[in-house]
Amino acid sequence: MIHSLFLINNAGDLFLEKHWKSVISRSVCDYFFEAREKAVEPDNVPPVIRTPHHYLINIYREKIFFVSVIQTEVPPLFVIEFLHRVAETFQDYFGECSESTIKDNVVIVYELLEEMLDNGFPLATESNILKELIRPPTILRSMVNTITGSSNVGETLPTGQLSTIPWRRAGVKYTNNEAYFDVVEEIDAILDKSGTTVFAEIQGVIDACVKLSGMPDLTLSFMNPRLLDDVSFHPCVRYKRWESERVISFVPPDGNFQLMSYHISAQNLVAIPVYVKQNISFFETGSSGRLDITVGPKQTMGKTVEGLVVTVHMPKVVLSANLNATQGTYNYDPVTKILVWDIGKLNPQKLPNLKGSLSLQSGAPKPEENPSLNIDLKIQQLAISGLKVNRLDMYGEKYKPFKGVKYVTKAGKFQVRT
Amino acid sequence: VSAAPSAFSDEKGGSASEPEYGHDPASGGIFSSDYKRHDDLKEMLDSNKDSLKLEAMKRIVAMIARGKNASDLFPAVVKNVACKNIEVKKLVYVYLVRYAEEQQDLALLSISTFQRGLKDPNQLIRASALRVLSSIRVTIIVPIMMLAIKEAASDMSPYVRKTAAHAIPKLHSLDPEQKDQLIEVIEKLLADKTTLVAGSVVMAFEEVCPDRIDLIHKNYRKLCNLLIDVEEWGQVVIINMLTRYARTQFLNPNINESLLEENSEKAFYASDDEEEEDKKAEPATLAKRKPYVMDPDHRLLLRNTKPLLQSRNAAVVMAVAQLYFHLAPKAEVGIIAKALVRLMRSHSEVQYVVLQNVATMSIKRRGMFEPYLKSFYIRSTDPTQIKVLKLEVLTNLANETNISTILREFQTYIKSMDKDFVAASIQAIGRCATNIGEVRDTCLNGLVQLLSNRDELVVAESVVVIKKLLQMQPEQHSDIIKHMAKLIDNIQVPMARASILWLIGEYCEHVPKIAPDVLRKMAKSFTNEEDIVKLQIINLAAKLYLTNSKQSKLLTQYVLNLAKYDQNYDIRDRARFIRQLIVPTDKSGALSKYAKKLFLALKPAPVLESPFKDRDHFQLGSLSHLLNAKAAGYQELPNWPESAPDPSVRNVEVKDSVCAERTVLTGPEEVPTRVKCSSRKDRKEKKVEKPFYSDSEGESGPTESADSGNCESDSGSGSASASGSDESGSGSESEESGEETESDEEEEDEEEEKKKRKKLDKTKAKKQAEESAERCTIHTIHQISCIINFDQFDMNKITSVFSQTLAPSGSIKMYELLHRIKGEGLAVEYCFSRQPFSPEPNMVAVQIQFTNNTNSETKNLHIEDPRLQSGMRIREFAEIDVLAAGESVTVVMGIDFCDSTQAANFQLCTHTRKFFVSIQPPVGELMTPAFLTENDFKKEQGKLMGMNEILEKLTLGEKCVNEHVIVERVTATANLSRVPCGSDKECRFAGKTVSSGCLVLVTVTTKEGGGAQLTVNCEKMLIGTMLVKDILQALSQ
Repeated sequence: MIHSLFLINNAGDLFLEKHWKSVISRSVCDYFFEAREKAVEPDNVPPVIRTPHHYLINIYREKIFFVSVIQTEVPPLFVIEFLHRVAETFQDYFGECSESTIKDNVVIVYELLEEMLDNGFPLATESNILKELIRPPTILRSMVNTITGSSNVGETLPTGQLSTIPWRRAGVKYTNNEAYFDVVEEIDAILDKSGTTVFAEIQGVIDACVKLSGMPDLTLSFMNPRLLDDVSFHPCVRYKRWESERVISFVPPDGNFQLMSYHISAQNLVAIPVYVKQNISFFETGSSGRLDITVGPKQTMGKTVEGLVVTVHMPKVVLSANLNATQGTYNYDPVTKILVWDIGKLNPQKLPNLKGSLSLQSGAPKPEENPSLNIDLKIQQLAISGLKVNRLDMYGEKYKPFKGVKYVTKAGKFQVRT
Repeated sequence: VSAAPSAFSDEKGGSASEPEYGHDPASGGIFSSDYKRHDDLKEMLDSNKDSLKLEAMKRIVAMIARGKNASDLFPAVVKNVACKNIEVKKLVYVYLVRYAEEQQDLALLSISTFQRGLKDPNQLIRASALRVLSSIRVTIIVPIMMLAIKEAASDMSPYVRKTAAHAIPKLHSLDPEQKDQLIEVIEKLLADKTTLVAGSVVMAFEEVCPDRIDLIHKNYRKLCNLLIDVEEWGQVVIINMLTRYARTQFLNPNINESLLEENSEKAFYASDDEEEEDKKAEPATLAKRKPYVMDPDHRLLLRNTKPLLQSRNAAVVMAVAQLYFHLAPKAEVGIIAKALVRLMRSHSEVQYVVLQNVATMSIKRRGMFEPYLKSFYIRSTDPTQIKVLKLEVLTNLANETNISTILREFQTYIKSMDKDFVAASIQAIGRCATNIGEVRDTCLNGLVQLLSNRDELVVAESVVVIKKLLQMQPEQHSDIIKHMAKLIDNIQVPMARASILWLIGEYCEHVPKIAPDVLRKMAKSFTNEEDIVKLQIINLAAKLYLTNSKQSKLLTQYVLNLAKYDQNYDIRDRARFIRQLIVPTDKSGALSKYAKKLFLALKPAPVLESPFKDRDHFQLGSLSHLLNAKAAGYQELPNWPESAPDPSVRNVEVKDSVCAERTVLTGPEEVPTRVKCSSRKDRKEKKVEKPFYSDSEGESGPTESADSGNCESDSGSGSASASGSDESGSGSESEESGEETESDEEEEDEEEEKKKRKKLDKTKAKKQAEESAERCTIHTIHQISCIINFDQFDMNKITSVFSQTLAPSGSIKMYELLHRIKGEGLAVEYCFSRQPFSPEPNMVAVQIQFTNNTNSETKNLHIEDPRLQSGMRIREFAEIDVLAAGESVTVVMGIDFCDSTQAANFQLCTHTRKFFVSIQPPVGELMTPAFLTENDFKKEQGKLMGMNEILEKLTLGEKCVNEHVIVERVTATANLSRVPCGSDKECRFAGKTVSSGCLVLVTVTTKEGGGAQLTVNCEKMLIGTMLVKDILQALSQ
């Protein structure tokens, strides 16, 4: 299936290659570079590129292109999903997935890639199994290793791979047994010029951090499970219990993982936490324009809106911005043409406002379209959909675990058209 | 993060690797420094310190990762293949796999290490040895690989078997000649019942022999049932394969609808409300046609894949979606829309692929995605390729009811800064306008407004689209044509210029004054135009010549003369052709009479079609679908068969003890009918069981299908024709599936139905439990008969041994599962009944006896929460509803111990309490008798020599005076059967392990003076050793 993998950075340097079958010359990447050039933006590189003898399937993540080489028919999503899994594993191991960390940890990267695929078919992709095979680097371990010459390859062989629950390793032991769940909801919305909602929905995930000894069997139940319109689960969740009782029953993996993601449909009215009053205009003469943006709270359920950021992708002709912000700081990057206004906490008494003039390239026609605004925000202790966890029960183990649930609402793809 | 360097990036490693970057481009001393550097690596590899070796290997691997050539180190590296340090070893493997192909001879040095590894008692070492061995692409070792794969395919450990499955495509690509042998291994592994192996072997199947659909038949139901527990990647492969399989084996569930489509296509497409249409259609077609009945196996597949739509893995969701799209009845396909829309939240690459597939689906089944219309709205931050695809979907979804909303959206898109996207939006508007008559004028007006747009690309695209729209009703729009004629002065985009010229030429009678003037202008600029524009100028000239020769005769001549000397031969050809056709000369042929008809014929309006139309002849979700071209190795999705192939091929031989008993009693002629009957029954039962989620707790189902009363052909003579029984079978089936189609519409009904069925099951199970208790007492006869039916050796052997079979004469030992005090009055005992466990022959049957010693009823006795070693499985007994005070009841459950003596732990639950219990089998219970002739025995024994043979001397106990006692003791210890033997000093026994079917051969040779020698031959050394211990103990007592 997957023949080879090449990692290429944004500048077009090929900095890692790995082959699972016969070696394929790196010149195959020329086709990729060609497509990359044509696409201008890295986002626009087609995920599947056809070459005379191979197919290149690539993803772009953290400023790195993961380019895989395929020779025969394979579902493209299979490869894409796997490549993302690789990137996530790197992130999991090294804290971030960047060119420098990959170069620094090239041996571990290679060992990981070796375990993740066999002859191009995924073998071990569960983080719990991989961590037993190859321990992630830590400062302490690398120091001990250099002194004692011991290795970061696990001496014990993974138990999870052989069990019926491959996501959990055996013999987990903690002195403090704790299970934390974060309910994170993101609002995806498109608002039109007048502020009416064109489209809005809520996408939520429940991230878990479970550090429990032994083989706990957990059941998580909601006060209002009917809210959830569409769900997808980590493989550990018993789908049948969800179908029949609307509870989430599972033997958790050890450590951090995403338990489920859900979707609350547009039919339920989605609360929009802020409103934006904006007026951006460009003048036909004088190569200038005006910008005036005010943000105010709308439906915040009595909570404070934090981390408010407004991002505007300006038209190409905007050279600079001379603005005045009543709160927070703004920054206009004339290269990427992105205006970022970092507001911070939203004070309902004194609404933040950004006002001033834009100067345009002289002689160029005025832009036809006003740029749309992208809003980013965060509301702590609130799940905007109203979803509430009822209780968490544990079976199969005797001790009393520490339990906690946290709610957070964020803006997802939240766009205001102008 | 830089503060947390790995072993490699610490100062030492860093300084060691940095110069490598620096040195290479330095042109002068490359070679010397190269050699020097490699010399010190060699030195490090030769040292006897593991830390130095490790350091060296890390640097070498870093070189490989960067694509540097490190092949000259091969001899130094390969020496370390047997290194004790596990990380060094792993890195050596990495190196070896990378360079073995280039250094074949040297690579052979390492082979013996792997061969040794293949015999290691640790399953993970065996697996890794096989993995590396099979990854070394050296043709000389093909026979060794073949042997290793064959051996590993029957390994006790499922993990090793999985590795064997992975090795199959490797060997196949190395040497395609081995295909036939590999197919045998695949066939064997396909029969494997563990989830670990299933995905990998299907992958191997897809790569080696995807056309051998016949290998799937017997494993079809098993695969369907295992599916939910297979790992994600395996699920994708299995689902894709099963889609193809189902297309060859089942009937098109939409057959009635497709008929209808043919009959009244117009009406069908005109109606938005497909549901309504369906209802109307049903009675009509039902009258005409025999009703369609879905094969229960088809239903099984659909049912078992549905929960996977909730998977977190986009590839799995897509695989299920395509399965439903290709296989499900129309009414059920809708469920996939929600899941696909969910995937759109994922990474942009995932979005890209999903949108491509949604685009194809939305053409065929528009209604499915209509509720999610807004999810396809475009954000300014989307990458262009995503925007264009979303636009495609939106256009496909447009209909009379939602067109106004969609057009409003499109209006915002046209203002976007992304010009490619704007162009695509204009095309989308054009398509909406052609498809939906009501909005054509609105769209046209909107597009005409765009003609005054400042951006030329936008104008050009509008011109092209307007041209297409005008063709539909040119008469009403001569002013638009005039407007466009004016544009020709400014527009530079060739496609747009060509479009305008064509329009003017085609409708020159609507603009009689302007047309010759345009031709005049174009004649002037002819030489500077692009080719497509030149061709249209010639066309325009020809058309004008025919309609208005007075004004344009000279101009036409002029243009044709210019074209005659053009560089492009297409244009020269066209000019010559047209000149002959339109300019009357004395020699002009018959054609010129028809010139006017040729040029000014009424042209049909273009149909603006989605580029995704008819892409669904490729399997959705495949690479070929995405590329719209057949990729290498793509397997065509077959068309539905006209009539369904025989469904009985999927029947797995059902081992039903009661049936078998009769078979023996009444004679061998009846075997075929009996088997058929029971297997059909089994099929029905499977339906009832609904194994929806294979890890579900409640599911148990009847443990044995042993009820004699129900079998229809019971009383029938042995010659009851197969066709007759078939017919009655299909009758009852169609009844059932009739119910099912009904229940699809009314889910509640179905649920009720399920409950009823469950109840029925329970009562059945109870009956069986009673029966099995009875049976236990007369187990001697049973044993004989069951044994015969269960044996996989052929009949000849059976008959030859028939007279000699014996059963253990001693009573079966009971073990305590729960003491009455600990169990608060509930006492539970179990024994290994040595009966074959009919639902799953790989399981050991455990007979459990509950006795209620309390004064009150105990309710809801069942098993919960089995805690099993990997690979082990249990099949629970059906829940016992009530156990009255003082009563006792016996049930049978099955446990697959995977040929190990590990205990199976589980909870025994009553309505009030839960008890932790465990069942640990003696090694002797892990086998079933096998019947061999003396010759076979010797032959098999010959194969199991060496490591597989264990010899032990012993002194027989006082009571072991004769052969009879020895036989009794041995058969009591282990579930073996006696093998005939010529010598009276020797007793031979044979059996097979229940789970994997490995032969176990036991020989006891008595010597003078109470001495004896015990020989055990078994491929599984662990079992052999334990068995020796047990038999020794039994014999020396």
